[in-house]
Amino acid sequence: MPKPASATAPPDAEPVSSPRRDRADGPAQADELHIIGRRNLKYEHLAKATGGTKYTADLKLPRLCFGRLLRSPYPHARVLHVDTRKAEAMPGVFAVISGADLPERYGIMPSSQDETAFAIDKVRYVGEAVAAVAAVDELTAEQACNAIEVLYEPLPAIMSIDEALDPEKPRIHEDQGGEGNIHKEVHLEFESPEVGFAEADHVREDEFFFEGNTHAPMENHAVIAQYELHGKLTVWSSTQTPHYVHRELSKALSMPTAQIRIIAPPSGGAFGGKSEMFSHEVAAAALARKAGRPVLIELSREEVFYCHRGRHPVRMRIKTGVRKDGSITAMHFQSWLDGGAYGSYGVATTYYTGALNTMPYKVPRYAFDGVRVFTNKPPCGPKRGHGTVQPRFAIECQLDKIAEDLGLDPVGMRMRNAVDPMSGTVNGLRITSCAVRDTLRAASQRTDFQARFRKLPFGTGIGLASSVYMSGAGLPIYWNPMPHSGAMVKIDRGGGVAIYCGTTDIGQDSDSMLAYIVSEVLGVDPIDVRVCSGDTDLTPVDLGSYSSRVTFMAGNAARQAAEKLRDLLLDVASERLETPRERLRLGGRRIYNRDDTDRAIDFIEAVQAAEARFGTLAAAGSYTPPKLGGKYKGSGVGPSPAYSFTTAVAEVSVDLETFELHVDKVTIAHDCGRAINPMIVEGQIEGSAYMGYGEAVMEEQVFRKGLHKKPSLLEYKIPTILETPALESIIVEGPDAEGPFGAKEAGEGPLSPVIPAIANAVYDAVGVRFDATPITSDRIMRALDRAKREGRIAEPAALAG
Amino acid sequence: MKSLFTLRINGEDRTLAFEHSKTLLEVLREDLDLTGTKHGCELGECGACTVLVDGEPVVSCLFLAVEAVGHDVTTIEGLQHGSVLHPVQVAFAEWGGSQCGYCTPGMILSAVALLEQNPHPSRDDIKEALAGNLCRCTGYTKIIEAVEAAAGSMTDGRRLHAQAG
Repeated sequence: MPKPASATAPPDAEPVSSPRRDRADGPAQADELHIIGRRNLKYEHLAKATGGTKYTADLKLPRLCFGRLLRSPYPHARVLHVDTRKAEAMPGVFAVISGADLPERYGIMPSSQDETAFAIDKVRYVGEAVAAVAAVDELTAEQACNAIEVLYEPLPAIMSIDEALDPEKPRIHEDQGGEGNIHKEVHLEFESPEVGFAEADHVREDEFFFEGNTHAPMENHAVIAQYELHGKLTVWSSTQTPHYVHRELSKALSMPTAQIRIIAPPSGGAFGGKSEMFSHEVAAAALARKAGRPVLIELSREEVFYCHRGRHPVRMRIKTGVRKDGSITAMHFQSWLDGGAYGSYGVATTYYTGALNTMPYKVPRYAFDGVRVFTNKPPCGPKRGHGTVQPRFAIECQLDKIAEDLGLDPVGMRMRNAVDPMSGTVNGLRITSCAVRDTLRAASQRTDFQARFRKLPFGTGIGLASSVYMSGAGLPIYWNPMPHSGAMVKIDRGGGVAIYCGTTDIGQDSDSMLAYIVSEVLGVDPIDVRVCSGDTDLTPVDLGSYSSRVTFMAGNAARQAAEKLRDLLLDVASERLETPRERLRLGGRRIYNRDDTDRAIDFIEAVQAAEARFGTLAAAGSYTPPKLGGKYKGSGVGPSPAYSFTTAVAEVSVDLETFELHVDKVTIAHDCGRAINPMIVEGQIEGSAYMGYGEAVMEEQVFRKGLHKKPSLLEYKIPTILETPALESIIVEGPDAEGPFGAKEAGEGPLSPVIPAIANAVYDAVGVRFDATPITSDRIMRALDRAKREGRIAEPAALAG
Repeated sequence: MKSLFTLRINGEDRTLAFEHSKTLLEVLREDLDLTGTKHGCELGECGACTVLVDGEPVVSCLFLAVEAVGHDVTTIEGLQHGSVLHPVQVAFAEWGGSQCGYCTPGMILSAVALLEQNPHPSRDDIKEALAGNLCRCTGYTKIIEAVEAAAGSMTDGRRLHAQAG
């Protein structure tokens, strides 16, 4: 059973990242967890190591044909005419479609219905889909695409936030948003920040810029659609949100949802980049319907850069007031988001750049202004840490400056300001379990931070930052009162257990998580469990693998379903063993008396007795978050049933001849409530830290004259094994009362503190601030050169001359 | 125009017709249904399509299938002997070396090639050998641990298992 939320781990405790090899073979102790907290094998653990896992593009169907999309070469242009006749006449071409065939508008946010499958009147970025072909093979499909004649009238392209804010410039969307190319504007104020600034001993204003970057999953998006003549459509797609694709595809195709089945095969990485419907998914379905054959569309790497929906470039301005002791009196946070050409999740992103800034430090008075603009670039959307990574970079860098201004220790200052368990924020967020101080202590002690900060030789540095993230959004994307996650569990009379859940395993091991939780409840081994996930025909709805919601929400749903069946098993076991139910425990494929563990019946025996008495053993569970959030417009973004907390420490060295930045080590302490499998949690922490490292030092989605400068993995650099820092993860456990077995999220939160920790470490190393990402060698060289000329840094020997 | 070729894939001779312009990646995936070899970037940059040719890792997206005639090609499907898996495969599964798993076949084949030549690699040796294989999920930490565990089990029979029990 979950422990109360107050039972936080002692900061000095040995982290559970050290392997536990102490699993007893004998009868389990009373109330011991058998599965949770152990380094169990992953679900279907060998499939990925043997090439057995079938991703979308690995599937084959009889009569499968190949689809290609024709994409715009212009960032902004009117589409005057599309002529597909030559393409249709080519041998081997089965179907051609374009804008006129699919005029229905859609969009992931109900308030941003601004996309169509193919451009109709205008193209708004290079790479936007204009038409599609299905043909006997990829080469024929490509040749047919090239035979489609499109007449464009180029328009001036809007390529920056400043241009987008200029009301004199042409509009990208005539019927969306406000003045100029503003898509969304948010203004929120809580408890009069001006009062707080007046009370402050020190007020600091800083401006920051976070460059856009992209997910770059190793698997390019792929989709297969099959339309059967009785009117049913099946779509296999590398998506992380089959439920949303289900809804959106129904709209785009004007086809009843009940006739559409979306299956999400195992995904080769997603990170937020596969969380809404894309043109190629509509195209495959429409082509399959027209051609009467199944259609595969596998995107090229270049096309994935155009799909994007990645991290928004954000300009930020922060004004923060503090007392002499470092306690924050007020904050005014302003953000300008470069949204790209369409809405995507951008309304939510805009709010997210403001919503979580009142944690993990107490901000008693707060104002937020956010503006998202349209530009002629691929649409931005959610990437790991959605909309909270950019402000976290800005806030943590500013706190580092404030600590220096006041002569305070950055750890102590954060400790003083840290939010408390069972509290709330000024913007109406509920805080339950919270071990942020433990993460600060664990990460700083492990790295001996205070003894080394500002004391290392010129060129080497250490920096620290903390952060917060949600265990799932408290409200769904489209308003409805239904559960956010559902699961069904069935027990076969042979003892096998099947779980059906709409979750999508994108590599975060959500299938494993479900298997562990249900195994724990039923007392079986995870190897007895089969998981069927991500199939809208077979599995109950789960909203998707985004906002780090799956363990908390689907875990609770699966747990509830399993507990219903457990209760039936306990009924029959109690009778057979003549033992009151409350003394019975399940574990090791047995139901036993906790006081006399030899008094037991086998799981299978209990299952058969229960099936004989109650009928087929199947049950459903679901999870709906409690009512959360304040009573103001926009209060729906930010609430979560539980928050995770993280502290990262980065250790860096700057080569003073080449100006190359080496991040030698990143230590990350993460409060995940309880680690259901520590090995998997460590993997999520390390993977997040890696991704944050890439964003801090090299990754940038940038454009020149309307063209993406780096639409390939040759040009868009992501970290290899050589430069990736040593990563040490420290799991801090403070079980959450509402999480399944106390668990909270681990998949996104550990990313965001890594970036400001690196920036703060670079300052510690060379005495120059970098308030924009990425921190590249050329920027370090220029900044050091300037600082030297202005006499702001002492001139080390290596910089002389 | 297609011609008939015989390729030696995972110890079997396979005779099939394909266009001269086809890459080994395309022939493996499309003509031989060996879909464990992955398509990631088309440019030889990501390493997801890594296979072994005469024991050496090559990126099969930049390798014409005709070049493989007369050579031994090993894909991820050919690493196991019957139902016995290669220790590197077991180590990746047990040490959390895979998350989404898309880079895993290429990563494992690069590691196998390393351990064939250097049974006692240092961390730097491992990094050098795997530098051509991108992983977007793991941060590489558990991949390095898996390769070290596999090396240990292959040379001194140490137990591989990372998990309890």
